[in-house]
This record gives sequence, structure tokens and C-alpha cells, in this order.
Amino acid sequence: MNAPFPAPSPTESTVDAAPGAMLTVRIRRDGGFQAFTVARRPAQTVLDVVTEIQREQDPTLAYRFACRVGMCGSCAMMVNGRPRWTCRTRVAAVAEGDGLTLEPLRNLPVVKDLAVDMEPFFAKWTAAHGAFEPGAVPADDFAVVAPESPERRAVDAGIECINCGVCYAACDVVAWNPDYLGPAALNRAWTLVNDVRDRGQDARLAAVSGDAGCQSCHTHMSCTEHCPKALAPTFAIAGLKRATARAALKRFGAQAFRGPSGRRPS
Amino acid sequence: MSPMLYLAQRGTAVILAMAVAVHLGTILYAVRGGLTAGEILGRTQGNGAFLAFYGIFVVAAAIHAPIGLRSILREWTPWRGRSLDGAMLAVSALLAVLGLRAALAVYLA
Repeated sequence: MNAPFPAPSPTESTVDAAPGAMLTVRIRRDGGFQAFTVARRPAQTVLDVVTEIQREQDPTLAYRFACRVGMCGSCAMMVNGRPRWTCRTRVAAVAEGDGLTLEPLRNLPVVKDLAVDMEPFFAKWTAAHGAFEPGAVPADDFAVVAPESPERRAVDAGIECINCGVCYAACDVVAWNPDYLGPAALNRAWTLVNDVRDRGQDARLAAVSGDAGCQSCHTHMSCTEHCPKALAPTFAIAGLKRATARAALKRFGAQAFRGPSGRRPS
Repeated sequence: MSPMLYLAQRGTAVILAMAVAVHLGTILYAVRGGLTAGEILGRTQGNGAFLAFYGIFVVAAAIHAPIGLRSILREWTPWRGRSLDGAMLAVSALLAVLGLRAALAVYLA
């Protein structure tokens, strides 16, 4: 089987092109590719290129962006076959010769041109119980969470996710099994599993188990390789595998001890 | 894959890693001067340790393989649901019956 993403070009460079150089941009639209030519500029990002095409050449080109500074997670797309956040991706670093190929994010339905429907991505976030669960009764006081505690450090390792969908597009398991919750949702669940204030852990661990859950991860590490925030969803998923296994063994032990009727033997 | 299937597959993988190493080591040792049916049966006939080892080996393989096969089939085909689980139970039973029958046959021969 071929690798899903091409290896970085050996000519990859961050040096800007010479003045007057042009860039040929192929954009996937309507089932084919449409080519545009854009001038190379210093410190030009892939998002700059798409914006220039839309404003100067074809106002019908659809794409999505918001902050332009790597915070909002809106502008991800496939750049030369690899998922990337385009606002922080320099053309000089990824152009193959004078060419750039842009496609909508993999594994998500296309709305139009480079804009994908993020609904399945966020639906899985919800399905993985990605929201804090405070419990039925509010806590009496502030929880004291030591910054150096293992739980807090585990949360820190995954909390900076910006929901860009790059890991989701990079994941082969999502491509093979559309039900699979995906790296972002599982990473989010892992940060909450380590939140000592959360009161919804049993339901969360059940939600991230099963054929759509963490056990389906093949540890290919594509998510970790491509995450623009340098997070490691693979390790979050490994943590979930351990936590769900421990919970299952505890349940199994409790059942064996109590018997099928749920009563303890006298 | 449920957590229990996951644990079963990982647990049996540990057993299989050791069992395969012993199995291959035994093969290399056994064939060093040629191999005959008589030699094999001489080692296996009435050998309780042999039967116990291959019994564990077969049961571990019968648990491990169908769990992995189920994952592969779910990813590469549209096959889902109880029919898939039932078929994998059948594969497990087949592996167990054929393997235990073979181990028992050379033990009792």
C-alpha cells in the first residue's frame, strides 16, 4: 500500500522565490482541477494565494478563513496532498517547483471548492463527550489542581487544539471507517478524562470505546505528524486505550464478584 | 472493538509472541539432523507438557486472529453487525477445533 501522503519534496525550502517569479496553482473544483497563475511574493502564505485568486481572478472561488494568524482553525486544506493550516504555511516551504495543488480537506464532505462541511467533525466531538460535565450538584468550592500534577500535565499536552480538522483529514482510519471518532475528538476526550473536576467519566469512557472509538486507532501517527499545533493525539488515544481497558477490567471484576444478579455473595 | 476484545487481543498477542518463539526454536532444533514422523511422534506422544503448550498456543491464536480479522473486514468491506460477529465466532471455533485436534492427534498417536 502506498503512503497516503507524499513525502516532503527534497527541494523544500523556505527561501522566497526571485522577484517576478510566478506560481501555478491547481485548485480542485467541480470534480476536476482549475489552474490559476499568481505572482510569487515575499513571505507569501498559501492562504494569501487563495485570497488573491478569489479577489483578483475568480470571485466565485469558495474557501474558508477567519483569523489569518493560526488561532481559529478555519483555513485548513490539502496542500500538495498533505493537510495543512494554510494561513501559517509559507508557499516557499511547500511549493513543488513553481506549482501548488490545493484540494478540500480529506474525509469531510465538500460544500464548494475548498470549503468543507465540518458538521461530521464536530458531531463526533459531541459524540465523544467533548464537553465538560460538572455533575448534578455544583461543586462547593474551587477545585485545587496542581500545575505539576500528572493529570494537569496530560491536559496541558492536548488542550491547545484549534479544531482545524488537519488530523481528521490525515487519519487513514477515518477514511476506512467513517464512524471512527477521529483524533481531535478523542484528544479532547482525553483532556477531559484528566480533568479532576469532571463528573461524566463513565459515560465518556463508554462513548470513546467500541468500533468507533479509541481501540480502532492503528497508531499510524499521521495525526501527530500533521498537527499544526504540534499536539500528539496518538498519545492521547493511547491514554484512552489504557483508561477504557482499566474501566472494563474494573467492571468485569465487579460483575464477577457480585454475580450476574448484581448482589454480592454472602 | 470493545475494550474487552482489545484486552483479549493484546493479552493473546503476548502469549503468541512467546509461543511462536518457542515453536520456531523447536523447529530449528528438531530439523538440525533431518526430520522424520517417528522423531516427531517420539517427542509428542504422551507428552503432557507438549499438549499443554500447544493447547495454550491454539486457544490464544483462536482468540487473537478473529479479533484482528474482524477489524480488517470492518475497515475494508461494508460488512458489519451480528453476521460479522457470528462469522468471526465461527472462525474462532474452527481454528480452535482444527488446532486442538492436531495437537491431540500427535499426543495420542
